[in-house]
Amino acid sequence: MGNMVPIPSKGYMKESDMGQTPVLEATHLGIEFGGLKAVDDFNITVGRTEIAGLIGPNGAGKTTVFNLLTKVYQPTHGTILLDGKDTHGMNAIQVNKAGIARTFQNIRLFSSLTVEENVKLGMHNHTKYSTLEGILRMPKYWQEEKRTHERALELLNIFDMAHLADHKAGSLPYGAQRRLEIVRALATEPKLLLLDEPAAGMNPSETEELMQNVRKIRDTFQIAILLIEHDMQFVTGICEGIAVLNYGKIIAKGTPQEVINNPEVIRSYLGE
Amino acid sequence: MEFLFNLISGISLGSIYAIIALGYTMVYGIAKMLNFAHGDVIMVGAYICFFATMRFGMPPLAGVLLSMVVCTMLGIIIERLAYKPLRQAPALAVLITAIGMSYFLQNSAQLLWTSSPKVFQSVVGTINGQTGLKLFDGALSVSYVTIVTIIVCVIIMLALVTFVNKTKTGKAMRAVSEDKGAAQLMGINVNTTISLTFAIGSALAAVAGVLLCSAYPTLVPTTGAMPGIKAFTAAVFGGIGSIPGALIGGILLGIIEIFAKAYITTQLSDAIVFAVLIVVLLVKPTGLLGKKVSEKV
Repeated sequence: MGNMVPIPSKGYMKESDMGQTPVLEATHLGIEFGGLKAVDDFNITVGRTEIAGLIGPNGAGKTTVFNLLTKVYQPTHGTILLDGKDTHGMNAIQVNKAGIARTFQNIRLFSSLTVEENVKLGMHNHTKYSTLEGILRMPKYWQEEKRTHERALELLNIFDMAHLADHKAGSLPYGAQRRLEIVRALATEPKLLLLDEPAAGMNPSETEELMQNVRKIRDTFQIAILLIEHDMQFVTGICEGIAVLNYGKIIAKGTPQEVINNPEVIRSYLGE
Repeated sequence: MEFLFNLISGISLGSIYAIIALGYTMVYGIAKMLNFAHGDVIMVGAYICFFATMRFGMPPLAGVLLSMVVCTMLGIIIERLAYKPLRQAPALAVLITAIGMSYFLQNSAQLLWTSSPKVFQSVVGTINGQTGLKLFDGALSVSYVTIVTIIVCVIIMLALVTFVNKTKTGKAMRAVSEDKGAAQLMGINVNTTISLTFAIGSALAAVAGVLLCSAYPTLVPTTGAMPGIKAFTAAVFGGIGSIPGALIGGILLGIIEIFAKAYITTQLSDAIVFAVLIVVLLVKPTGLLGKKVSEKV
């Protein structure tokens, strides 16, 4: 790969995030499955309140990157610093507690549970009563159940979904299920939210609304968002920085403008 | 009157099956495995209560509580040592391990407590020297054990349903049952949740063991085997994985068994119970309240 395009290192760091510890700093990240390098030498820096995009052709390893960041897979190479802290040796639960939450490409809600229960499950580690207090229904139980109930409705209201609280998650229409996944992830109080193809299967007006909501989430919660998406209008419209992945390697990084004009990206992904 | 008597006896026996079936159904729902050692935990529970009350003179209630504590720990230890290392193993390996664990418990009991039968004294006492209620001028007598068994079963059911539906731990259990991976990524500790399920199932097994031996007082190391299999049948009958299913399956199974004994033949009662199961599964393969699982393609 002699003709690799030089990668601007942190060229797209938002001004307001400058000088602060980036929320995510992955260096030389990689994983091999029996000799196949699914992700190789992956480097990314995401600022504290940045909306970053990860794009690339199908099978490029984008979801694998998410699986590495959330420790579904343990990386075979490289380091992941979350908020400056090395996540080496952490498992999926610990990484979630440390501040990474995600949604899934193929929706994975708890579909036989209600919408509100799904959100409350996101709050599991922030619900402060013990199992015993729950069984005996001590005052703490009622207090916390009330607090989490109100919080759940508040979060659902980001997407105007509070009225659906008692519906079974599995009975919601597709778009609402995708939105609920985002709410459930937000309920875990992340510093970094990973969205895996949030606009997949949405029509243009839904996509437009989603863009506004993603921005609203970032502004309200002051968190960073890293998203995988194929809808280029969505990605360029919302992301401040974009990384392009192909065959497990980063082939370009930069601002949306830099990336969509990059000849390598045009050749391997966007098309002439 | 005889019919009513049989019906009440059936419901009572069925209540015991239901309590045992809960252990099967919850573990299956969450860990997706059949814990065939569950029946033998019942036996251990009964022995603990027997020794606590008969040998050490503890009051019956204390005996039951001690037996629950011991079985809870036993359940957690069994899961940690035997099943947890096999979390990623094929289902057959886990199933065979469970059968092995069942024999291990039976043989350990034989070694520790010998195979000579112990006569279990009912934990339910007498009132005014009577062991039961006489209704309709003595035409119908219902023992206190029968009544207590039914009441305990109802209380356990209500408590468990509330726990699973209303507390965060219960919700975590349902989430783990649906999608372990997603639950983990929401920060829910899957291992703790599975341990807890075993703990609850085993504590209930202790209660079932004590109630079973209070009604049928002969206690031997294989005491838990047959009720264990029948409760498993009850769980499948009601729809494995479903808590209300375990209740309905257990009670129906108890009634069928007692009626078969009373009106057909004692020798064939077990065969009739299993025949009914086969018929139900032919008509409704997921059991009475079981959900249809659609495989993702």
